[in-house]
Amino acid sequence: MFKLSNIYYEFRRIWKAITLFFIISGPGLVVMIADNDAGGITTYAATGAKYGYHLIWFLIILVPVAYYVQEMTVRLGAVTKRGHGEAIFAGFGAFWGWFSLLDLLFVNWLTLVTEFIGMTSALRIFGVPPWLTVIGVCIIMLIMVVQGRYWTWEKIAILFCLVNLIYIPGAFLVNPSVHDIMHDGFVPHLPPGGFTNDLFFFIMANIGTTIAPWMLFFQQSAVVDKGTKEKEIPWGKVDTFVGSVVTVVVAIFIVLVTGTILKGVTIDDAAQASQILMKTHKYAGVFMAIGLFDAGFLGAVCISLASSWALGEVFGWAHSLNNKVREAPWFYGFYFVSLLTAGLVVLIPKAPLVLITLFVQVVAVTLLPAALVFLILLLNNKKTMGEYTNSLWQNIVVSTIVVAVVILSTLYGMSALFPDMFK
Amino acid sequence: MIRDFFSHNFAKFHEINRKYAKPNVEMSGWVKASLLFLRLYLILLVGLLLYKFYTLL
Repeated sequence: MFKLSNIYYEFRRIWKAITLFFIISGPGLVVMIADNDAGGITTYAATGAKYGYHLIWFLIILVPVAYYVQEMTVRLGAVTKRGHGEAIFAGFGAFWGWFSLLDLLFVNWLTLVTEFIGMTSALRIFGVPPWLTVIGVCIIMLIMVVQGRYWTWEKIAILFCLVNLIYIPGAFLVNPSVHDIMHDGFVPHLPPGGFTNDLFFFIMANIGTTIAPWMLFFQQSAVVDKGTKEKEIPWGKVDTFVGSVVTVVVAIFIVLVTGTILKGVTIDDAAQASQILMKTHKYAGVFMAIGLFDAGFLGAVCISLASSWALGEVFGWAHSLNNKVREAPWFYGFYFVSLLTAGLVVLIPKAPLVLITLFVQVVAVTLLPAALVFLILLLNNKKTMGEYTNSLWQNIVVSTIVVAVVILSTLYGMSALFPDMFK
Repeated sequence: MIRDFFSHNFAKFHEINRKYAKPNVEMSGWVKASLLFLRLYLILLVGLLLYKFYTLL
């Protein structure tokens, strides 16, 4: 009897912790899963098709990379109650502030266009015309934010995050060999052919999709808007860690799908992968297309919010999802206009969409190093961070990660500018 | 109305520039070196972009 009551007590304790986690969690889960946006899905699908399971071990390394960088935004947001845009203005003055803000708005808008490209091409597979996708998506995204509660927005976003898990059953449908996954995927090694320029390109692409500038701005602003307190920082860290694990798990399952069925096929985008998959495994292809739409949707909602939050923080407009539309007209107005204009670009006949996709990579590397360096410097400002200042160990880890990310993402951006660089 | 809009927003820009004129992060050697690195990095990137456009034209 005593044993039974003990088990019941333990169950209640764990259940309470899980419930509390789901109440406090949000920004970390959403930002990490939205990180698998339309561009990310294409990168993972192409990685699987090119190298099969051989780079799964490398994807696992991306868990701490994403976690350590994003975790800093939780601390910074919870302690300073400022978004990243405002924190840069306050910390480094108007020059760096304007540079970061304008660059962020520009990169985010271009990235939004790529999310709409992903969403329209995914739904085109099911016969939905692009104009209908753009209108439908804009209406849904408007409904998500206008109800005037951060909490409701976040829970709807988490529902869309759950749809992102569709790649997991998708991978089971194609029956990958467990032995091959264990043997080729989880033992660190170079794929057959050794270290080639192609492999280097894929490594850069995978790292480039793991950390994007909008993620830093989004999570820090979301932490502030949610009202996360200093005492809740440990929960924010758990939230971010769970998110970084989930995002890599999803990436691995995408690699499993394309690595099993499309190995050796050159993939240009995830929609093309879905169409090829549908010829052999109808439902796996359908799942891939649904996942691509969902990825673009989540990416778009987070990116447009990141821009609106940053602009509102700097200009001093009301900029909370807890505000009604009439209380924060500039915040919601900018959110909607950026979405609508990005969607309309996709509908322009013969718009240079491929060029835009490549240009995003180049412009993103103008902001990423600055945003990351500012993040580390702000986390070392004892005056504002107090006991939450980076420790020596944290500085060593994040500086190493940041140097690697900056070098590789810069080379990745340059490869878009000079395509023969790694040929 | 348009004039009001622009004059209001220009005033806002000035106000933001005044508000954030003095950085609150202490400008230690590390901070100065990091900001110098960022400036050089951006100059290099802009140079490469301009070179690309020049060779495309």
